[in-house]
Amino acid sequence: MTLDAKIPSGPLAEKWDRHRFEMKLINPANKRKYSVIVVGTGLAGAAAAATMAELGYNVTALCYNDSARRAHSIAAQGGINAAKNYQNDGDSIWRLFYDTIKGGDYRSREGNVYRLAQVSNNIIDQCVAQGVPFAREYGGYLDNRSFGGAQVSRTFYARGQTGQQLLLGAYSALMRQVGLGKVDLYTRHEMMDVVLVDGHARGIVARDMVTGKVVSFAADAVILATGGYSNVYFLSTNAIACNVTAAYRAYKKGAAFANPAFVQIHPTCIPVSGDHQSKLTLMSESLRNDGRIWVPKNKGETRGPNDIPEEDRDYYLERKYPSFGNLSPRDISSRSAKEVCDEGRGVGPTGYGVYLDFRDAIDRLGKHTIEARYGNLFQMYERITGEDPYTLPMRIYPALHYTMGGLWVDYNLMSNIPGLHVLGEANFSDHGANRLGASALMQGLADGYFVIPYTIGHYLATAKQEKVTTDHAEFKKAEEDVRGRLGKLLDLNGSRTVVSIHRELGHIMWEYAGMARNGAGLKKALELIPQLREEFWSNAKVVGDGENVNHSLERAGRVADFLEFAELLCHDALNRNESCGGHFREEYQTEEGEALRNDDDYAYVAAWEYTGVGSEPILHKEQLEFENVKLQTRSYK
Amino acid sequence: MKLKLHIWRQKNTRAKGKMVTYEVDGIEEDMSFLEMLDVLNEKLILNDEEPVAFDHDCREGICGACSLTVNGIPHGPEKETTICQLHMRKFKDGDEIYIEPFRARAFPVLRDLVTDRTAFDRIMQAGGFVSANTGGVPDANAIPISKKDADKAMDNAACIGCGACVAACKNASAMLFVAAKVSQYAYLPQGQTERKRRVLNMVAQMDREGFGNCTNYYECEAVCPKGISVSSIALMNRDYLRASLTEKEEA
Ligand SMILES: Cc1cc2nc3c(=O)[nH]c(=O)nc-3n(C[C@H](O)[C@H](O)[C@H](O)COP(=O)(O)OP(=O)(O)OC[C@H]3O[C@@H](n4cnc5c(N)ncnc54)[C@H](O)[C@@H]3O)c2cc1C
Ligand code: FES
Repeated sequence: MTLDAKIPSGPLAEKWDRHRFEMKLINPANKRKYSVIVVGTGLAGAAAAATMAELGYNVTALCYNDSARRAHSIAAQGGINAAKNYQNDGDSIWRLFYDTIKGGDYRSREGNVYRLAQVSNNIIDQCVAQGVPFAREYGGYLDNRSFGGAQVSRTFYARGQTGQQLLLGAYSALMRQVGLGKVDLYTRHEMMDVVLVDGHARGIVARDMVTGKVVSFAADAVILATGGYSNVYFLSTNAIACNVTAAYRAYKKGAAFANPAFVQIHPTCIPVSGDHQSKLTLMSESLRNDGRIWVPKNKGETRGPNDIPEEDRDYYLERKYPSFGNLSPRDISSRSAKEVCDEGRGVGPTGYGVYLDFRDAIDRLGKHTIEARYGNLFQMYERITGEDPYTLPMRIYPALHYTMGGLWVDYNLMSNIPGLHVLGEANFSDHGANRLGASALMQGLADGYFVIPYTIGHYLATAKQEKVTTDHAEFKKAEEDVRGRLGKLLDLNGSRTVVSIHRELGHIMWEYAGMARNGAGLKKALELIPQLREEFWSNAKVVGDGENVNHSLERAGRVADFLEFAELLCHDALNRNESCGGHFREEYQTEEGEALRNDDDYAYVAAWEYTGVGSEPILHKEQLEFENVKLQTRSYK
Repeated sequence: MKLKLHIWRQKNTRAKGKMVTYEVDGIEEDMSFLEMLDVLNEKLILNDEEPVAFDHDCREGICGACSLTVNGIPHGPEKETTICQLHMRKFKDGDEIYIEPFRARAFPVLRDLVTDRTAFDRIMQAGGFVSANTGGVPDANAIPISKKDADKAMDNAACIGCGACVAACKNASAMLFVAAKVSQYAYLPQGQTERKRRVLNMVAQMDREGFGNCTNYYECEAVCPKGISVSSIALMNRDYLRASLTEKEEA
């Protein structure tokens, strides 16, 4: 396997322009002779499908949701970054680039990240043109807020529903193209495999989730925009159906999986309340603009939060990181919360919680202002916990939220399988070992609106392939494999539900590959996961048939893939003998407990090649070159 | 707590459905309504019975997937709350709960509580957009928009497309859904160019999908989990009237 990142030469600021000039074009009249499959209609997929259709390509789009509008992107709350510098507070493309590289703990590519910062501004323009109702100031201009890891205000938002509004923008563009007949949309279709012909990605096999039919789609290129894999931990802030299947199937067909151990644990989620818990709910990071995070100074504190006087409170983020305080990056904030809880100073019934307190902000700004800023989040909190955050501080605890790792892609967003492109959270490209808040929406839309529409043309123009149809033997074989696998799942008739096994997998992952990891724990996980997989295939139970809506079968297929993928994640975490970003290895920390990076040995992307179920994958290294920023120890003090 | 559930079961669109009664025990007040159904489903699976199918995904009240009619009310008893956000502390031991799909001619049942709401997508395809191709648009701050208008647009844009409005309406009208989209764009300068065709085309598609007429019962507003106001319907009606005097629907 060779991994060529294909970063264009030349000065950083000119790379993308130069590359756009050098790429081959397809003339407008010829574009309709090409077809592209887009799996996923989240921000990345919907933006890509709509834009490519506008350009003239024939697009087939699929998603497992009942409507393209319901992709998980819809749930993003806080906002989207851009280097507009509308606030005149010193922002620039360079600063957004620099913050992102630094925030990612120097484990991402300069070239990709710089391009991301460059196109960030076009995204905001595009969304406004589509009618996305971003928040505005009284003068009629766009408003901004701050997010973690930045000292400028560059986050655009639409109340607490930014993801919803951006996705509805992309969805409306997609609906327009569907209406015009340029996109064939298949909802409630789950991709089960990718099909390669002569080494090129030429299509996919999917299952119609209403009729159970296994169907193939052929095209000149395939794009996966299938989101992240947080749900390998069972509990996460992701929607219930989010899964790794599409990416994992591509991995099994030879696509390299990069940095799977880089996952993000979000500091502000509502704590777990019991064993029945099916998911966790995020409280947007934007709350940290006005909320102060604290725990009691003393272990065994029994007073209620409002009875604890100032001198007995420990605002630990403000204490440890005075310049960023409550807006310290996510990895640092999460780990600090775990630390104070492990010390026995956590709050709430389980002791795994910290306070996020709005008392001072309400005193300073008035309840009305806080309500206007965060009303819907406060309401959501109250519904779930039965407590009123205007009078009692919120209780929060970190939870799995986002996955920086994903399928390896080059600068053109193409995987090592020719023709297979990967966008959005599903790829690994821009966030290194830690993603800054409000940057996933930016990346998804950058990939979909402004990168792939160019780079796909170059691929199609240079690959020059024969047309294939779904009658090709490779499709028939892939369909057979998929049917065989579905049959195997339907035959499972043991004594445990799939959900209970998934929950157990989540426990293993959270315990041994969660916020803090160590070699011994990861080795333990690598023993436990195969045992649990064995348990699944011998003792899980799937009911119903393959010809009707069958949620039991759907879940089983996803969990089966998680049970293999979890091992890959642990191998990666075990290999990386350093702490960086979201990957904290307890063996590698400073005396003060800060992450200890090892740039000499680990300044590389770890891209893994599949070798078989349960067998150790092969590591390929893409060395990261830093020509424009100096690698420094991240400091938010 | 222990509950008695009456749930609509239907194998597929062609099959005949019926209400079936189940009992669940050990329900805690911190559970969400859907987590309560998870408990039932785990039990059914271990009993070799098929779990109750229902749409859900985000479980945070934003994706619009969940769509249950609970005790006759779409999304259940709590105001401005999707069923996935309703917690069991609102119920008490011994309660009987009736759970049905969102019923409407335009939303055929696919299985149990799962319906096909793609009619909404087709209405969107008819005009629920601003025709702005990617690229070549002006700077985002080039056109100031008053905060008031932006806020009104946002109030309408908050629609999650769940279809509760349709399920609540005795005519199964989709007016609130369509009006929310039409109004969002009507409040924004970007929406003006296509304002007339948009309303004509969307309403025409709504009629083709078999949704009923609005006869001002306002049940839609009462159940809307996002609190979208029926005043949007009034705005749409005005726009529609104006547009139909001057423009023709474009097929
Ligand atoms: C609660 C929450 C809040 C967030 N808030 C923010 C924020 O404020 N700012 C920010 O920048 N980021 C935020 N994020 C992160 C951000 O929302 C996601 O990273 C981003 O939306 C992912 O977009 P995507 O297009 O890559 O994938 P998704 O939106 O996850 O879409 C995946 C798509 O792929 C489809 N799909 C997947 N697998 C298959 C398959 N096998 N077959 C067919 N279809 C398939 C799905 O149907 C779906 O359409 C948040 C995330 C969460 C969980
Ligand atoms: S499950 Fe998403 S709104 Fe209820």
